Amino acid sequence: MLYIKCPHCGLRPQTEFSYGGDATVKRPELNKEVSDQEWDNFVYLRKSPRGKHLELWQHISGCRQWIKVERDTLTHEIFTTLKANENL
Amino acid sequence: MQKYSVFSLIKNAFSGHKDWEVAWKDPTPKSEYDVIIIGGGGHGLATAYYLAKEHNITKVAIIEKGWIGGGNVGRNTTIIRSNYMHDENGLFSEFGMDLWRNMSQDLNFNVMFSPRGIINLAHSDAQMNVYSRRGNSMRLNGIDAVLLNRDEVRKIIPMADFSENVRFPIFGGLMQPSAGTARHDAVAWGYARQADSMGVDIIQNCEVTGFDVSNGKILGIRTSKGNIKAKKIGLCVAGSTNVLAEKLNMTLPIETHLLQACVSEPIKPILDNVVTFGAGHFYCSQSDKGEMVMGGDLDGYNSYAQRGNLPTLQHVLTEGIAMFPFLSKLKMLRTWGGIMDMSMDGSPIIDKTHIEGLYLNCGWCYGGFKATPASGWTFAHTIAQDRPHELNSGYSLNRFSTGHLIDEKGLGTKTWIS
Repeated sequence: MLYIKCPHCGLRPQTEFSYGGDATVKRPELNKEVSDQEWDNFVYLRKSPRGKHLELWQHISGCRQWIKVERDTLTHEIFTTLKANENL
Repeated sequence: MQKYSVFSLIKNAFSGHKDWEVAWKDPTPKSEYDVIIIGGGGHGLATAYYLAKEHNITKVAIIEKGWIGGGNVGRNTTIIRSNYMHDENGLFSEFGMDLWRNMSQDLNFNVMFSPRGIINLAHSDAQMNVYSRRGNSMRLNGIDAVLLNRDEVRKIIPMADFSENVRFPIFGGLMQPSAGTARHDAVAWGYARQADSMGVDIIQNCEVTGFDVSNGKILGIRTSKGNIKAKKIGLCVAGSTNVLAEKLNMTLPIETHLLQACVSEPIKPILDNVVTFGAGHFYCSQSDKGEMVMGGDLDGYNSYAQRGNLPTLQHVLTEGIAMFPFLSKLKMLRTWGGIMDMSMDGSPIIDKTHIEGLYLNCGWCYGGFKATPASGWTFAHTIAQDRPHELNSGYSLNRFSTGHLIDEKGLGTKTWIS
């Protein structure tokens, strides 16, 4: 069981959360010409590192807020949790 | 190479089984090969075998970080099937079914292929319609498919929950009678033994630490046992694909996720087929030892851990008990995890790359084991001829940018949703 510290609610078990994927992926800017390559990068391409990974989770059975979690993909250790609008 | 037969068994029995040849050697790497395959799993070993057998390329090395067959080919639930709707997946997998049917003879190694049939259960009229469509698509591609109604399913698996008040009643199912299971370790060992006998060097405990690339061409690899040159290199490392891609400055449409499986204590024969639950993600078969072999969802977050977490296992087994209530009486014998190279449309990639001489085989998601022979065969062709075979031309790397996705499940890019 992972225990994730929701920045709004405190430490909760992983079963209260749902996963939202890589948090470093950025949607191309609106009102700007977007190349196919930029869309590819956004929609399909993922670094998927072995080690530290910044990712999105939603506290779906709690406050329902999206949060960011920095977690090790090899050891599952969680280093930091942030509100969705915060950066490392 | 010593041929395995009943006669060699008897002969060796007289000498106390002390004179068997080693099944494969433990060579030190040479300085140069024609082809290097990175990854000594099922797909890598099969690729080397078909390079030697079909293309007469025998100056081949398999570089394996751990030991052969220690990754997903030793960690799966041994299911073999070709019940796909899309042409690319169906034709590729059905080609593989033919290779499975002849594998024991071809490799002179009993892989215990058991075509016991797979049944995908349906739990609503809508799901019956979907299965009917899939079954028709399969038949158009020459794959056997039978749509079963509730009573027909009941005759085959009477121990499933057919009571009236269940949350997900069984409406029927789609069966592929020719699907089945095989002894997974034997597949790795059989391919390894034959590849070795044809001159392939299987180099274990050798980690790839880097690549030599110059002017867009691959020149060789750097490993923990020294540098090795080759003009053609095939990547066949499943869940570790992104780790090696990073060393090549490549970003791929792949995420690595964790999948668990488990077996119960052995019981007397009760389940003849492979059965999947249609209202969630759970599949089950019974091994020759009598264990119930079970699996289901990914753990649901990026992971390289090769060990699972309890909540997912509980979730998966809850589905299992909904389907087969008797499972609740059994004790769990073992659970384990493997790391899956989840592609962004759920289908694999077997293709060339932008680096000349570098070939990619990845993105097998949940379905790597059954694809072992077809993957090896087509990857060997792609490497030897420097172009994909017709069977794997749809599994291109650029299909994500051209929009030719093969999204069998219709899940899109959220690879962890099932």
